[in-house]
Amino acid sequence: MAKTSEKHSRARPARPQPTARRAAATQPATPPKAGTRLTGAQSLMKSLELEGVEVMFGIPGGAILPAYDPLVDSSVRHVLMRHEQGAGHAAEGYAHATGRPGVCMATSGPGGCNLVTALADAYMDSIPVVAITGQVPTAVVGNDAFQEAYITGITMPVTKHNSMVTDPADIPRALREAFHIASTGRPGPVLVDLPKDVLIKESEFVWPEEVDIPGYKPTTKGNVRQIREAVKLIMAAERPVIYAGGGIIRSEASPELSRLAETGRLPVVTTLMARGAFPDTHELGLGMPGMHGHYTAVTAMQQADLLISIGVRFDDRVTGNLATFAPHAKVIHVDIDPAEIGKNRTVDVPIVGDAKDVTASLARELAKAQEERGVPDRSAWLRRLHEWQERFPLRYRQEDGGPLKPQFVLDRLYEATNGDATIVSGVGQHQMWASQHYRFTRPRQWINSGGLGTMGFAVPAALGAKIAKPDELVVAVDGDGCFQMTAQELATSTTENIPIVVAILNNGYLGMVRQWQELFYNERYSEVHLSQTVPDYVKLAEAFGAVGLRAESPDDVDAVLDKALSVTDRSVVVDFRVDQGEMVFPMVPAGASNDDIILGPEFVTPVDDPAEAPVA
Amino acid sequence: MSLHTVSVLVEDQPGVLTQVSSLFARRGFNIHSLAVGTTERPGLSRMTIVVEVTAKPLEQVTKQLNKLVSVIKVIELEPAGSVERELALIKVHTKPDERFQVLELAEIFRARVIDVARSTVTVEVSGPPAKVDALRELLEPYGLVEMVRTGRIALGRGEHGIRDKLRAVAKDVETG
Repeated sequence: MAKTSEKHSRARPARPQPTARRAAATQPATPPKAGTRLTGAQSLMKSLELEGVEVMFGIPGGAILPAYDPLVDSSVRHVLMRHEQGAGHAAEGYAHATGRPGVCMATSGPGGCNLVTALADAYMDSIPVVAITGQVPTAVVGNDAFQEAYITGITMPVTKHNSMVTDPADIPRALREAFHIASTGRPGPVLVDLPKDVLIKESEFVWPEEVDIPGYKPTTKGNVRQIREAVKLIMAAERPVIYAGGGIIRSEASPELSRLAETGRLPVVTTLMARGAFPDTHELGLGMPGMHGHYTAVTAMQQADLLISIGVRFDDRVTGNLATFAPHAKVIHVDIDPAEIGKNRTVDVPIVGDAKDVTASLARELAKAQEERGVPDRSAWLRRLHEWQERFPLRYRQEDGGPLKPQFVLDRLYEATNGDATIVSGVGQHQMWASQHYRFTRPRQWINSGGLGTMGFAVPAALGAKIAKPDELVVAVDGDGCFQMTAQELATSTTENIPIVVAILNNGYLGMVRQWQELFYNERYSEVHLSQTVPDYVKLAEAFGAVGLRAESPDDVDAVLDKALSVTDRSVVVDFRVDQGEMVFPMVPAGASNDDIILGPEFVTPVDDPAEAPVA
Repeated sequence: MSLHTVSVLVEDQPGVLTQVSSLFARRGFNIHSLAVGTTERPGLSRMTIVVEVTAKPLEQVTKQLNKLVSVIKVIELEPAGSVERELALIKVHTKPDERFQVLELAEIFRARVIDVARSTVTVEVSGPPAKVDALRELLEPYGLVEMVRTGRIALGRGEHGIRDKLRAVAKDVETG
């Protein structure tokens, strides 16, 4: 105990400064002298240092105990979480915010099992995460030993790769490969399982400078011929739309995306995973497509004659009914993962490659083509899109003195934070409102659980993001249902001094499920009511050492937000008691065509303008 | 739906077989047969997997297989461009007066008798799967006590091996 607390007070700065972070990233540790013998645990920590890891998230336990001893002397900061799921999501939040692999560590058995949800989440959203788990000693592996779980088997379908190391001499190579696989190609989670005896045994530490994995050679450069074909399609298109996905963020391709869009005057939709990849405030930005997307983004794709799809996977939440999705569009599909191309939608021009590289080539080739043949005139298409944006914006009604609308909270939050906060969300109505109403202008400004839809993601992920970006304001916009799934990490926030703002849009319901029951199950509400008053979120926040605030009417919102944002030395939880019956619109019912988008109660007249009729 | 033969070159590591087979299971494919063994290169194993699928989902599975870090190369072996063999051991019930007929059938199929007991004969037959099927069918009326088959193994015809294809692909990627 004494040892641990001493280490914390010595090695852990209260708030890591960005300069220190840069130092960690640019001046990695140097390998020890040849012939140096280290225990497996020391090799592990040395390898993490050599990989430039500045922080990891975890919880110790029996089998992983040896690894926690050299941690005391390591430059790597360890954040002690309250649940392994929190450690996993914090690692994801860190990776979301930086693009560098997030690292989490847990013990064998339940420790590893508790990481599973976070690994599955990272796998679905292509987040680079390296998970290190303890394992029972090799002599008893397979013996149903205490706290044994076959974690490589359990996590096989939800990791990009995993392995159990049986020889301490293999630890440096296993870690080097884990970081390489997690962060290159299509990023994803990698798990390294370390039996206790392997952590204890000594071996000579050899750091492999080169990584050569015969079965792992991601293609990053796009095929030149295909890029020319794509440019031909773009030049010929009358109603093109760039369908930009999370791959843009993962490959840091936002500048190239802007260049491509501006070069060709091509409108851009950004998926839930790509919010911020292209500025919402840009005149070519149409917002988010999909089930709860902006009308213009959804309809633009439906009527487009060309989809320039980059780093997307034609997810069902974007396409709606596939058979009627973007029926007039030819498709260019750029992705680093060949398995995504043609998986859901037949593709006219497939390009396997890194989004940054390919988008840059597309922009360059398009500029050349336009120089030779002139810029195609698409002013009618852009005019039509802007008309839709004006006629069918997001709409809700906040009445003075009426119930507080969640959308109003987000609009005020946007103003109060000058649109500059990093927003982290969980899953459900609050997530959709946040993705719609906060206008994102930079990549990595929006962090959420997309593919897996993991409730409870927000608070721990926000902690990871805050550690990565200590100078940024990190706001977790959460639902009351989500918040209660990982609220214990508020304790981590206080004891590890990671101040975030948690804005709970508290409607007392599992709101999205409630919405579906209202719309599709004849208002037969089944097991969705949680209670708006239990727990008392203000008291709960205080119990965790955070500041607790509450806003119950629209008049309270600005003052409460001001107060919340003025606190910088600890976390703040704001209980926004919002309208319990508010629903998310627009909405495309599950399985329906995107043409059948429902605008919501604020639009009384149906969309019957001939301009909206599908183009033959 | 039709039978497809997929040949998978993998690193010989624990768990690889599970990874490969679970990918098929996840997409709801039934593996018709699966044979694994060592190859000309130490450290590499080769799996020959026969699955019953339509072409499009098979393409998705091969792409997913290619993504596995321990998988070096996946190819589909078309029947026309490959040789396929299977080996079976068949134990047939034989009354004394029928033994001669069974031995004759074995002879015709160039099957070897590898065990004889008072009331059974065990034969070893190898060849294209259809040949094995045919012998099995002919022996069935005598009473099959038990049978074991290795599952199909296959190689592409001609001079080139699966690893040549790998090099060709690598070259393709380099030259764009």
